[in-house]
Amino acid sequence: MKGNEALGEAAMRAGCRHFFGYPITPQTELSAYLSKMMPKVGGTFLQAESEIAAINMVLGAASAGVRAMTSSSSPGISLKCEGISYIAGSDLPCVIVNVQRGGPGLGGIQPSQADYWQATRAPGHGDLHAIVFAPSTVQEMVNIVFEAFDKADEYRMPAMILADGMLGQMMEPVEFPELKAHTVEKPWATNGHKGERKHNIVNSLFLQPQQLEDKIRERFERYAIIQEKEAKAEEYLTEDADIVLVAYGASSRIARSAVNSARAEGIKAGLIRPITLWPFPVKNIQAACKSAKAFLAVEMSMGQMVDDVRLAVNGDHPVHFFGRTGGIIPSPAEVLAKIEEISGGAK
Amino acid sequence: MAGINMVFAGFGGQGILFAGKVCAYSGLMEEKEVSWLPSYGPEMRGGTANCSVCISDEPIGSPLVLTPDALIAMNIQSYDKFIDAVVPGGVAVIDSTLVDKKTERQDIKAFYVPATQMANDLQLQGLANIILLGKLLKETGFASLEAVEKAIAKCVPPRKQHLLEPNMRAIKAGMEA
Repeated sequence: MKGNEALGEAAMRAGCRHFFGYPITPQTELSAYLSKMMPKVGGTFLQAESEIAAINMVLGAASAGVRAMTSSSSPGISLKCEGISYIAGSDLPCVIVNVQRGGPGLGGIQPSQADYWQATRAPGHGDLHAIVFAPSTVQEMVNIVFEAFDKADEYRMPAMILADGMLGQMMEPVEFPELKAHTVEKPWATNGHKGERKHNIVNSLFLQPQQLEDKIRERFERYAIIQEKEAKAEEYLTEDADIVLVAYGASSRIARSAVNSARAEGIKAGLIRPITLWPFPVKNIQAACKSAKAFLAVEMSMGQMVDDVRLAVNGDHPVHFFGRTGGIIPSPAEVLAKIEEISGGAK
Repeated sequence: MAGINMVFAGFGGQGILFAGKVCAYSGLMEEKEVSWLPSYGPEMRGGTANCSVCISDEPIGSPLVLTPDALIAMNIQSYDKFIDAVVPGGVAVIDSTLVDKKTERQDIKAFYVPATQMANDLQLQGLANIILLGKLLKETGFASLEAVEKAIAKCVPPRKQHLLEPNMRAIKAGMEA
């Protein structure tokens, strides 16, 4: 199954019955799939008049307590940022998919990872975060959709799945978990009080600075728990590694191939693959610092996640970077050459 | 690592992505790890279309194939783009009805199959892609014939069941070419 379609099927199985989309390459198959399938399960598929309308429809649906999702690709996500900020400011759960393409501007339509800063630093204006997941296979995209909805509900905040054109377009075998009932209690939802309880208010406007600061501080206490509990990464051959590569999503697959080639040459390379980008798996990096001599971030950008690697390494070891951008997928051979350069030449 | 990385390339409309899909499903039928990655966007509209297919015993690293073990080329542009990328010892299957060039490379096994002509002669119009896949199957053994037949049955949509038999014939014609 195509990655984009798998995301759609997984969303329905995770209990999402409200999807608001707007077409953009290389994400469109997700919308197309749900336009066919959502009506069959009694759900709502709505192609909005713009990305901005779609994210605000998500805000509305999420306010009523239902699982809501939207998806787009890089330029479309920029348009959604205002809505994402309102959703975070209103403490609402939702899932946003970004199948990244080359930027800035309209950029290109080939795979890219240049929205890392946007996703992890500023998915909208204000003091806020979204939980950001980075799948690297079609199967993992499916599993992460379930997790993204669950975590968004648990922490009442937006979750973003940061994929890319390669993962969206490729086909891989995939197994779907059973349909899961949507059981999270949402006593805050504005779904009609029928005169039986006090009415709920969903709002992001707080004109009294003290009131707003209190709200934000409370939110950041939640963020601190998430940073403590929810950071996830997969490690590959890191135990004895001299050179630890750090890569997520599509580029982690290329990095993994390069690690295998380096090992075949006798270079002790390993890979840390962040599965959550916010919170960043700082502990994995710090643990690797004990044996590693150097780190190498590999990205499909000019170097964005490398900032987080440097923050985690905190000057203990050199942190190198290799990236291709603009829609070019780095080759395992290029990454291997960089590993060889760091290790002082091929053996 | 036991596995094979392939590139299928030609014009949009020649069924190049479909042939790749059948190939990937063949691996899946044998419970291998597989991936299928298409070119997309403007490349597909009028220009060349291609896809990367990996079949492996191990989890697949990069699904983008830059140096294929095996290549199917269905037009000159694709031939020019990929023939030098084939790994030494690799296999190239070329539709010689549409590509009138021959490679000077001695380190690869190149097969020139007039697949488009054969498709016309055998009343298999539009199945040059599958004829070439049959040849690729014979020369690389990327899967068993049984697995390929199962894959075709899986990939031919229900409303096009009448095309099942011609596809099976095309595979066999390719294997005998």
